[in-house]
Amino acid sequence: MQKTLKKYFAFFTLPTVLAFITVFLIPFVFGVYLSFTKFNTVNDAQWVGFSNYIRAFTEDRDFLNALFFTVKFAIVSVVLINVFAFMLALLLTRKIRGTNVFRTVFFMPDLIGGIVLGYIWQLIINGFLAAFNVDITFSATYGYWGLMILMNWQLIGYMMIIYIAGIQNIPPELIEAAEIDGANSWQVLKSVTVPMVMPSITICTFLTLTNSFKLFDQNLALTAGAPGKESAMLAMDIFNTFYGRQGYEGVGQAKAVVFFIIVALIAYLHLRLTRSKEVEN
Amino acid sequence: MKGFKKLIALTLALASLSSVAVGCSQSGTSSTASASKAPAASTGKASSGEIYYLNFKPEIADVYQKISDAYKQETGVTLKVETAAAGTYEQTLKSAMAKADAPVLFQINGPKGYINWKDYCADLKDTELYKHLTDKTMAVTDGDGVYGIPYVVEGYGIIYNNAIMQKYFALSGAKAKSMDEINNFAKLKEVAEDMTAKKGQLGIKGVFSSTSLKHGEDWRWQTHLANLPVYYEFKDNKIDLKSDATKEVKFQYADNFKNIFDLYLKNSVTVPKMLGSKSVDDSMAEFALGQSAMVQNGNWAWSQISGVDGNVVKESDIKFLPIYTGMKDEEKQSICIGTENFFAINKKAPADQQKLAADFINWLYTSDKGKAFVTNDLKFIAPFDTFKDNEKPTDPLAKEVIRYMSDTKLTNVPWNFTVFPSQTFKDNFGAALLQYAQGTKQWNDVTKQFVEQWKSESGK
Repeated sequence: MQKTLKKYFAFFTLPTVLAFITVFLIPFVFGVYLSFTKFNTVNDAQWVGFSNYIRAFTEDRDFLNALFFTVKFAIVSVVLINVFAFMLALLLTRKIRGTNVFRTVFFMPDLIGGIVLGYIWQLIINGFLAAFNVDITFSATYGYWGLMILMNWQLIGYMMIIYIAGIQNIPPELIEAAEIDGANSWQVLKSVTVPMVMPSITICTFLTLTNSFKLFDQNLALTAGAPGKESAMLAMDIFNTFYGRQGYEGVGQAKAVVFFIIVALIAYLHLRLTRSKEVEN
Repeated sequence: MKGFKKLIALTLALASLSSVAVGCSQSGTSSTASASKAPAASTGKASSGEIYYLNFKPEIADVYQKISDAYKQETGVTLKVETAAAGTYEQTLKSAMAKADAPVLFQINGPKGYINWKDYCADLKDTELYKHLTDKTMAVTDGDGVYGIPYVVEGYGIIYNNAIMQKYFALSGAKAKSMDEINNFAKLKEVAEDMTAKKGQLGIKGVFSSTSLKHGEDWRWQTHLANLPVYYEFKDNKIDLKSDATKEVKFQYADNFKNIFDLYLKNSVTVPKMLGSKSVDDSMAEFALGQSAMVQNGNWAWSQISGVDGNVVKESDIKFLPIYTGMKDEEKQSICIGTENFFAINKKAPADQQKLAADFINWLYTSDKGKAFVTNDLKFIAPFDTFKDNEKPTDPLAKEVIRYMSDTKLTNVPWNFTVFPSQTFKDNFGAALLQYAQGTKQWNDVTKQFVEQWKSESGK
């Protein structure tokens, strides 16, 4: 069996490898190359070395501001989303009536696209703020919490499903044994449930973290960066630099490469950190 | 053995990859081949060929389909029109110009646009159409060469609903008795504030439509309104618009800008703090529904106003008022008239295709059939001497523009915003105006930003 698999390895993986090379690897390498050039149309790139990277950080504070805003957003959203999702998952594994209906309802927001969600929440939030005679563009704090509510609303259901699957996989005898030993429900949660769903926690925190960093559609639809560029996140700043300004295409590309390195680094560190906490089943 | 397998896999992968690459280059050559075939065929009498035009105005995309059909019938030349979605012309042009089969006819938005596309703009000095241009100073020139021919004249000012104004003039204690009296900022302010006080009697929610300051919807202020102080500054300091002297401004008439901007904000349908989510459509709808008496916009707005469901503004009631800002002698100031639409021909396209493009624009603006399209379908006020008085568009705002243009007592304000340094400058200025409206930014900081960013964006 092993041998046959090896024999046909190349044959079966070829389509995927090809697709990976053409739609991911080549554009990626080309993109990195472009970040070292000055170009108007992608055909007439001229090598300029590291100047794009220097310009990205020194010419204005947009990129750093966006980075700071994004980090602030990511930390809070990862905590909030996972806490709420886990609590919901605990609740909905207790065999209360209508569990399935609730699960479906909570999951549904995830099926709606980010742009649509952004506009819907913009209406809701502006409708609410209208009572105070302001709107979401008034302050970056409004935009921040607006995005936070939106992200929570969208992602909690999805993460909840992953947690539910994790909780349902806990062998009942473990919990039973703990209870016989006299553990109260808090101790069961802390010493049995949480360690046992650690793989789900890894996945969920990873997904929420990368999603928060890469957030774009929701940001564009909800605030578009207003006021000024104060609520623009990294992805949006890159988009604006690349498409919004003549002569800044290379700088945008350089920002994108920096962005990639940051996200990859965080994802790697995070995986190493959480993997070590997982227990063998 | 294992190594060998890997080698095979790699070779296979590379082989199929290179076949993709070859496929690409083949299609590339074939398309240039077909393009170069065209001139061979066109050496006959009736020229058959193709003109590839990248159109800027989405609202006239359908009309160009009709024009294309008519032109094909008459000359046998195919006019291929591609239209960029609103607000994406530079992006689309950027990628279209990178293709092997690039647009032959495209457009630039003035001197700044010319600098970006310098390498692609052919000299149009000897074209037939340029000879018909009424006002030669409107063209985009560089040295002796002519690189952009304006193809439409547009005007903007304060659009007002005369029915509401007449209602106001009839009230006892009205600050003016007719529109003729409103010919400077002081009077406009007096009337607007009095109208706000009496808005219940007039049945309006505010004198001015919402000052739309949503991101991307703020061009009426950061571009159009800012044109006035900049125009006066350049004029008073006798600055040559084509020189480097435009790379710095003092924004010396910032207070005049503030005058009118404050007036818009304080006498508006919407409270200032809520303006960040208002779009141009919102404010045109307010005007169309009779909720406001005035709105700043251009003659292109008529189709928008008349298209609003429940529009109450009659064609005979819609008029232009110049934008008064409290300048000296502004009684003689007219509305802002100009264009940011210039035809340019791609220098890098084959010579015969460039000729076809020049022939086409000449046909469109000089032949009877072409002129009919321009007047009746495109509804352009054409800046060429081939158009007689009865060949001008008949919508009410276009008629107003023509009226102001022919009024020799008044001085038109040209569209000097074509020398504004960059889109980023305008966007940042718009964002600052919003923050000013919301009360989170001081006016001094707004003007400081205007001056500083004008300089820094000009340097790039």
